[in-house]
Amino acid sequence: MDSLLSLITFLPLIGAFVLMVFLRGEDEASNLNAKRLALMTTAVTFLLSIALITGFDPQDTGFQFVEETAWLGGLTYKMGVDGISVLFVMLTTFLMPIVIGASWGVETRVKEYMIAFLVLETLMIGVFCALDLILFYFFFEAGLIPMFLIIGIWGGKERIYASFKFFLYTLLGSLLMLVAMIAMYMEAQTTDIEALLAHDFSASPIFVFGFEIAGGLQTMLWLAFFASFAVKMPMWPVHTWLPDAHVQAPTAGSVVLAAILLKMGGYGFLRFSLPMFPVASDLMANFVFTLSVIAIIYTSLVAMMQEDMKKLIAYSSVAHMGFVTMGIFAANQQGVDGAIFQMISHGFISGALFLTVGVIYDRMHTRDIDAYGGLVVRMPAFALIFMLFTMGNVGLPGTSGFVGEFLTMAGAFQANTYVAFFAATGVILSAAYALWLYRRVVFGDLIKESLKQIKDMDTREKALFAPLVVMTILLGVYPALVLDAIGPSVTALLNNYELALGDVQTRLAEN
Amino acid sequence: MIMDDLTVVLPEVVLAVFAMAALMFGTYSRNHDAASRLVLWATVAVLVGLGAWIGMSPAGTRTAFDGSFVNDGFARFSKVLLLWGAACLLALSDAWLERNKLMKFEFPVLIALASVGMMTMVSAHDLMVLYMGLELQSLSLYVIAAFRRDSLRSTEAGLKYFVLGALSSGLLLYGCSLVYGTTGTTGFGGITQVVKAGDLSTGLLFGLVFLCAGMAFKVSAAPFHMWTPDVYEGAPTPVTGLFATAPKVAAAAMFARVVHDGFGSAVADWQQILAFLSVASMFLGAIAAIGQRNIKRLMAYSSISHMGFVLMGLAAGTAQGAEAMLIYLAIYVTMNVGVFAFILNMSKDGTPVMEISALGLYSRVEPARALCLAVLMFSLAGLPPLVGFWGKFFVLTAAVDAGLVWLAVAGVIASAIGAFYYLRIIYLMYFGEPAEALDGAMPAAHWVFLGASSAAMVLGIINLFGVEGLAAAAAATLVN
Repeated sequence: MDSLLSLITFLPLIGAFVLMVFLRGEDEASNLNAKRLALMTTAVTFLLSIALITGFDPQDTGFQFVEETAWLGGLTYKMGVDGISVLFVMLTTFLMPIVIGASWGVETRVKEYMIAFLVLETLMIGVFCALDLILFYFFFEAGLIPMFLIIGIWGGKERIYASFKFFLYTLLGSLLMLVAMIAMYMEAQTTDIEALLAHDFSASPIFVFGFEIAGGLQTMLWLAFFASFAVKMPMWPVHTWLPDAHVQAPTAGSVVLAAILLKMGGYGFLRFSLPMFPVASDLMANFVFTLSVIAIIYTSLVAMMQEDMKKLIAYSSVAHMGFVTMGIFAANQQGVDGAIFQMISHGFISGALFLTVGVIYDRMHTRDIDAYGGLVVRMPAFALIFMLFTMGNVGLPGTSGFVGEFLTMAGAFQANTYVAFFAATGVILSAAYALWLYRRVVFGDLIKESLKQIKDMDTREKALFAPLVVMTILLGVYPALVLDAIGPSVTALLNNYELALGDVQTRLAEN
Repeated sequence: MIMDDLTVVLPEVVLAVFAMAALMFGTYSRNHDAASRLVLWATVAVLVGLGAWIGMSPAGTRTAFDGSFVNDGFARFSKVLLLWGAACLLALSDAWLERNKLMKFEFPVLIALASVGMMTMVSAHDLMVLYMGLELQSLSLYVIAAFRRDSLRSTEAGLKYFVLGALSSGLLLYGCSLVYGTTGTTGFGGITQVVKAGDLSTGLLFGLVFLCAGMAFKVSAAPFHMWTPDVYEGAPTPVTGLFATAPKVAAAAMFARVVHDGFGSAVADWQQILAFLSVASMFLGAIAAIGQRNIKRLMAYSSISHMGFVLMGLAAGTAQGAEAMLIYLAIYVTMNVGVFAFILNMSKDGTPVMEISALGLYSRVEPARALCLAVLMFSLAGLPPLVGFWGKFFVLTAAVDAGLVWLAVAGVIASAIGAFYYLRIIYLMYFGEPAEALDGAMPAAHWVFLGASSAAMVLGIINLFGVEGLAAAAAATLVN
């Protein structure tokens, strides 16, 4: 199958098109049809992506399933996956049917809702598959449109503010990246990511207004990319859009945002910043470490004081993404492996946590922690599932959260002991806020009148959580499932990184 | 001899003769309404036909009247674009004129005459010809800006446009005279030789600055934009749509012609002027539009901002830059045709409503129309995957390639600011406060333009309908 990747990428778009053109009417039957069609499309996409993972050879560190066609403006439509990106594609296709399933309760503008999510799926998969610089940008940026509409149309009370903030924050960051991409195009005369990975961007110092910029062009490009990915990630101090967006987005929107969209930043660092600008990455590593550590500690403390459950989980996402950036720029095998692992595992865990919040929100229409308490009495199944993912969030051994945190810290320890030390305190803080949340919501006496009639999860909800539970525990006890797939590609990436750094150092020594 | 010259200007001659014939026909016809409609659709047909004829005419550069008029690939590309742009707006205006009882045969005739002027502008290879074309275009446009003569707003717009337009023509003319005084010629060929021979003398430099100021006025670039919002707001809506499309193409193409053909070897001297105009326009358009509540004024600031991007391509001073400019213009015109097809039908109980707050939750009332406008707005904001992004991409690439990285960075910041007001329209339509619904029915012809324009924004990502190659060929004939 030569065009498997394109098929996986654009199948949801075709589904969206069918929905848009052939589905008429606002009545219940057509709403149900829209939901069924969307679920079917995402399920078929997932099945196709299984063919992708089974056909994928982890030992081959180059790009696989490559497709290439000429496109306008001297660009190419080039798609392909390697060990770093293939699992993100899988994560996306795996989560999307769950996301659609979680939206079964949507009643307003169901058709448009499903179209938005299907379009979003195409764009997200495209980001991870694109092997052309501008094609990447194209998918990366286009994702803003459906997300803006999802938050804006189906969001909560403050949705207008949140949607604008989300949009403009991320837009400004990405536009600077666009200029950097054009500059790279001009310098290397190609937008092919494979060729750019092999290209040596100049690292000799340049002067801007009399200030010497160490690392020269690489540093400038690195900073422009950083502006985009740091916002997307999000890293402290540009994370403030995330809690707003999460709180206001509908449950499914939050899941997509936390589980997949946030991973684009980390993926970008791995695909562009680290391998293409090694000198700048090396120069900036301490800067990133500092921001990561602040993110881990500060946002954990902020999370502890939240009264809104979604906000709490959003802040904890920022803290967990701090581990990811720390691991990536530690630039060693454990660090980068751990960062990717952490992203995948966070995809399952944070997605599941937002779903659990969605479960009780659907019943009580409030996310205030104070409005709950003693849920274990009436909702034992919910309490069990919520506990599992709380433990995953804390990083309890046996869940996938532990592996990611442990590996990134092991990687950071080799690069900078202090960073690892401070990051470790973050783990303790995360236990504090997550367990406290759990205690306040689930334990205690069921004294609130409104909660006395609350019902436990139904079969549909349980079915949604089942795959997430399986993945969280499976990856926790058998992490090799992920690490074997990414290992060789990461090793190759780091070898090139060391090589490029070594080259520059010998060149500097010669001068 | 004269026959050869006339063959080169044949399209212009045909259109001018048609305009005069139509004028006669209109004057002597009995049934004015029917005759006016006939003239209108005949003009549309002639404009479209001429565009097709020019587009299919053989490649190559032909000059006429001792090199004062040139018909090259660049002129042909611009002419096709402006003729079709004018034809679209004229076709759109039919239902509007009918509804507002303004169906007069002078309207299409004036647009035909303005088109002759615009065609002359883009083909001018001599300052005299340039000025002649410019004035023919401007005088026709002054009149149609004030076409609704019983409306205070419309007459005010016409008068403002006339006074400020005359001022800018004066500046331009003064620039022409300075250039003539220092070089001894008005032909671009002669000017090029003088410029090539050595440094620009102070007089010539001043002439260049005045020329640029005059032309910046015509493309409505900041700081010469003051007339734009008022004229856009006051003029009858189809006329506003026309202002936003064809004359902008003509003025930008004329600008490119003067700086490249006349001063092609002194890029460094005009690059800074254009870069400044570009930055000022992009930021002014982006920031000033935020406070606008009237959609026509908003589109005025939007066009100022877009002209900033057009000038960015021109500021690059390379063939790539000129190509980017042409692509940008083509995309810009397509988007504006769609947007104005929408605006023309914003009305309630028969009276036009121009407040954007009237679009509140419009997607509930007219989902298809709202979707089309949303696509166009995202495209105007320059977001991928829509075609508006490609316009920006080509322009930014040209700027970075020419070493104007700071200009590209300023451009992206301005476009992030500008995204806000386009988004606000989408927000109003999809999740804003519900407003009293607009109820304007949309004629089928308008549907075609709105639908085609927004479909082009989506489908164009495959290959831009081949515009890229055509623009590259056209730009190559201008810059060498």
